[in-house]
Amino acid sequence: MTGSSSRLPAAARAIVEGDRRALARTITAVENGDPSADRVVRSLYARSGRAPVVGLTGPLGVGKSSLVNALVGRLRSLGQTVGVIGVDPSSPFTGGSVLGDRIRLERRPDDTGVFFRSMASRGAAGGVAAATREVSRLLDAAGFDVILVETVGSGQVDVAIRDIASTSIVVVVPHLGDEVQTLKAGLFEIADIFCVNKVDLPGAELAKRDLAELVMLGGRPSGWAPPIVGTSTVETTGIDELWNDVIAHEKFLDSSGERTRGERKRLSTEIVGLARDHVGRELTRRLERDPALRHLLDEVVARHIDPRTAADRLVRGGRRAR
Amino acid sequence: MAKGRVAKKTPIRVLIAKPGLDGHDRGAKVVARALRDAGMEVIYAGLRQTPEEIVRAALEEDVDLIGLSILSGAHMALFPRILVLLKEEGGRGIPVFAGGIIPDEDARRLKKAGIRAIFGPGTSLEEIVTTARSLARRSA
Repeated sequence: MTGSSSRLPAAARAIVEGDRRALARTITAVENGDPSADRVVRSLYARSGRAPVVGLTGPLGVGKSSLVNALVGRLRSLGQTVGVIGVDPSSPFTGGSVLGDRIRLERRPDDTGVFFRSMASRGAAGGVAAATREVSRLLDAAGFDVILVETVGSGQVDVAIRDIASTSIVVVVPHLGDEVQTLKAGLFEIADIFCVNKVDLPGAELAKRDLAELVMLGGRPSGWAPPIVGTSTVETTGIDELWNDVIAHEKFLDSSGERTRGERKRLSTEIVGLARDHVGRELTRRLERDPALRHLLDEVVARHIDPRTAADRLVRGGRRAR
Repeated sequence: MAKGRVAKKTPIRVLIAKPGLDGHDRGAKVVARALRDAGMEVIYAGLRQTPEEIVRAALEEDVDLIGLSILSGAHMALFPRILVLLKEEGGRGIPVFAGGIIPDEDARRLKKAGIRAIFGPGTSLEEIVTTARSLARRSA
């Protein structure tokens, strides 16, 4: 390992060797789109893909942060190290954010087996930030045994965690709605595990039954039937069971070949997305700077040509310009 | 050259924490909210934090600034401890400001020890925001 790590950029080597300050600073650089993080991110990719990435998602107030804290406690008692990312929303008006996932975290201050990072969504839709995936890879490369990602309090279509996590836990609470809610598309489709939190409250059995019916209807092409776990972080019940279900799902991913299939799909989406960003930036630059192409804009504004035709010319014109 | 990227301002990250055994955090929450509305990313660590927890949070979150709120009277014990730990753990350059019930004489000594600004009761939110911003920008 030392042989290969000596070829890494200094910051990457520091991260691999457990330098938490280097890790924290690199995460900031990735979040900020700072070009200084580019080489580090590229060079550490080969060291990721080792730790399970467990996503916790669900509406606001269902207890995701408390569950993260309980899982961290469980994992530490098992001797496992944990990297945590807690995402909270940025204001669409000021860009500001209050990141409050950390207040539930209880741990011994000298415990270096936990690294907790709060992230603002910074305008990204879907429940996570644009940088969350790469930051989870950094934590993975830094050697944490398990990565936990807590999403923004999610709405029905916030399913981006699916593109990051190997196991997605959808957290609900009693009285969130009737069983028709569970039939609706989106959030309920991405669960590898359903967690009914606050089972100490009345209505928990009904909530579990509604979910059980949903699962019984089937529909997962992989053949995995999401288990339904009742948890309470007040009485600390169900946490072991929840973690055991995560392990069971991770094993299923390996034994069924779903892990590779899922990874291929996710990575293909990621590569195309990155390439699209790249091409998009390049085309924007051309449209702004190339005088011939700028003329295109004038023509569209004057209603001489339509935006679709202009887009065709922009792409073709770009190629000719080479 | 990715002009858009460089021109885009990156938000100031600030940790707001209450060291020690205070019972309520209304003031800290009001300040957190004001900093949020000023476009900052506020990591709210909440009540009953030890100096060790605060310093660890500041370093993991890679904040530009730390704001401490205290009402209990234990500031002369807790603040210097936080400053010492920050230096030891590699967070020397992170400016720390404070608010709460801190007598003038203590405030003078704390400033000498390295607390960059201290806000007493009645300070306007605007003043806190302005000071926080300039402290963060100067350290960056």
